[in-house]
Amino acid sequence: MSTQSKMTTRVAASKMMESDDQDTVWIEQDPLIDRIPRWVAMLGLFVGIVGLWYGVTALGIVSPIVLPSPAETWADILFVGNNLLTGGHMLEALITTTLTVLYGFAIAVFLGFSLGVLVGETKFGERAVMPYLVAIDTMPKVAFAPLFIAWLGFGISSKVALAAFIATFPVVVSTAAGLYAVSENERFLFKSMGATRMQTLIRLKLPIGLPYFFTGLKIASVGVMAGAITGEFLGGGQGFGALIRVSASQLNTPRVFSLIIYLSFLGLALYLTVVWLQSKLIFWNKTDKVGGIA
Amino acid sequence: MERAVTEQSLHDAANAKPAAERPVFEISRLTKTYHRNAFTALSNVNLTLEKGEFASVIGSSGCGKSTLLKIMAGLMPPTSGRVVLDGRPVMGPREDIGMMFQQATLLPWKTALENIILPIEIREGKAAARKYRTQAQALLDLVGLSRAADVYPSELSGGMAQRVSICRMLISDPSVLLLDEPFSALDELTRDFMNMELQRICMERHATAFLVTHSIPEAVILSDKIYVMQSNPGHVAEVVDIDLPRPRKLDMINTNKFGSIVAHIRGLLEQEGQI
Repeated sequence: MSTQSKMTTRVAASKMMESDDQDTVWIEQDPLIDRIPRWVAMLGLFVGIVGLWYGVTALGIVSPIVLPSPAETWADILFVGNNLLTGGHMLEALITTTLTVLYGFAIAVFLGFSLGVLVGETKFGERAVMPYLVAIDTMPKVAFAPLFIAWLGFGISSKVALAAFIATFPVVVSTAAGLYAVSENERFLFKSMGATRMQTLIRLKLPIGLPYFFTGLKIASVGVMAGAITGEFLGGGQGFGALIRVSASQLNTPRVFSLIIYLSFLGLALYLTVVWLQSKLIFWNKTDKVGGIA
Repeated sequence: MERAVTEQSLHDAANAKPAAERPVFEISRLTKTYHRNAFTALSNVNLTLEKGEFASVIGSSGCGKSTLLKIMAGLMPPTSGRVVLDGRPVMGPREDIGMMFQQATLLPWKTALENIILPIEIREGKAAARKYRTQAQALLDLVGLSRAADVYPSELSGGMAQRVSICRMLISDPSVLLLDEPFSALDELTRDFMNMELQRICMERHATAFLVTHSIPEAVILSDKIYVMQSNPGHVAEVVDIDLPRPRKLDMINTNKFGSIVAHIRGLLEQEGQI
């Protein structure tokens, strides 16, 4: 009995010795939802949403005036695209809106940067100017649209003004935040090198603050679109905003959808230009990325 | 004062220089009071640094050692007392003061070499800075980073970045090096290595250095003399002379003499804790 038990132990021991020599490899696996490649995920989501859209319209759950079918919308997108490519009246409207957006953005960047430096660099700006800026920023800025129209008329300038007005504040705040982002050591370094205030601003604070500044530009690029279109809604004129309003009043819902889609291309183009500029200018900081897009 | 005189003669014997040479740094009756909260950070601090001397100041946080360093660097005015470097009073930042911080503080958009010549660029402009490129490369050779000239700081390890900041400090050939816990953010092995490098560089250039630290062994292994500070208000409790032979080696840490010096300083610092 005792010898037998001894035997078994020895066998068990030798088995253990064998397994001691083997690699203990195991595979770490992400959950399925994290393993889907980007293009599959994006395409899948697109097909899912359009499918749902198709189902809802094909079954007649909602009226075509509220939600046109995907096919109808697609046909109108092609129609508008054709009009744009052949230089129709919509191209003119798109050019008007694009100019409004670009002028508004340029003014917002210039004003926002200047005020941001004033607020971030001087105690006067921080103590006296900033409270007023915060007060104005908390107001619903769209409510100023009638004022701009009264002051600047129904032309493009009142829309540019509203677009710039909405987009300026994020640039102010982000520029000032960027100037505050300088560390104590960096300030002491420049001080110990005998740098002037201007040198410290240009050689240290502005470059350190660039990533913040660009965050403000991204928010501004979205805001300037909203401002331009709102201005065109309220002030009429020639832009895409006016076209959308007219189409909506004619219950031409597919047209509204396709105009919005072309507008989103304009917004995306502006946003991606900012992102591209950021990656070119701030080559040393690659951490500010979300989903590989921004 | 007497001790300073003996040290002076020791240095003169070693360097065979005339006996009348003045100390590089002289601080007397230095007091700093913050008016905002009537807090006295430094009270009656006296300190001299001879040419080629390595001194440290050690103390718990809040003992005023950082304030002392900022006043020495001309980054902060004293409330009363005299601060004189090379016979001229320190009344603001000066070209002949080299500084090093806890973080390397390199500008990420400039290469290692461009970072090193930054002090020249700030003071004399880009054209003047360009003339210092060969000198900057020589400094990189000195700290063992010969091939890092065109590398951006993000590609450097913590120790390498601090070596670049040593070069930036040395480029304007300062009379005194002020070191504010320069290696405390590094891991211990790198830190020991960097301390030995610092000793080598200081000995090679016969540099006068002043180190702020809160590590007793670091202060002992590097210094000729240690100012032990206590707080409330910040003052120098004792000046400890370290007569271990140069060059210092890391294994000196295991000797009895080293141990007893460390124990003595620890005693001074703990004595304060009981108050």
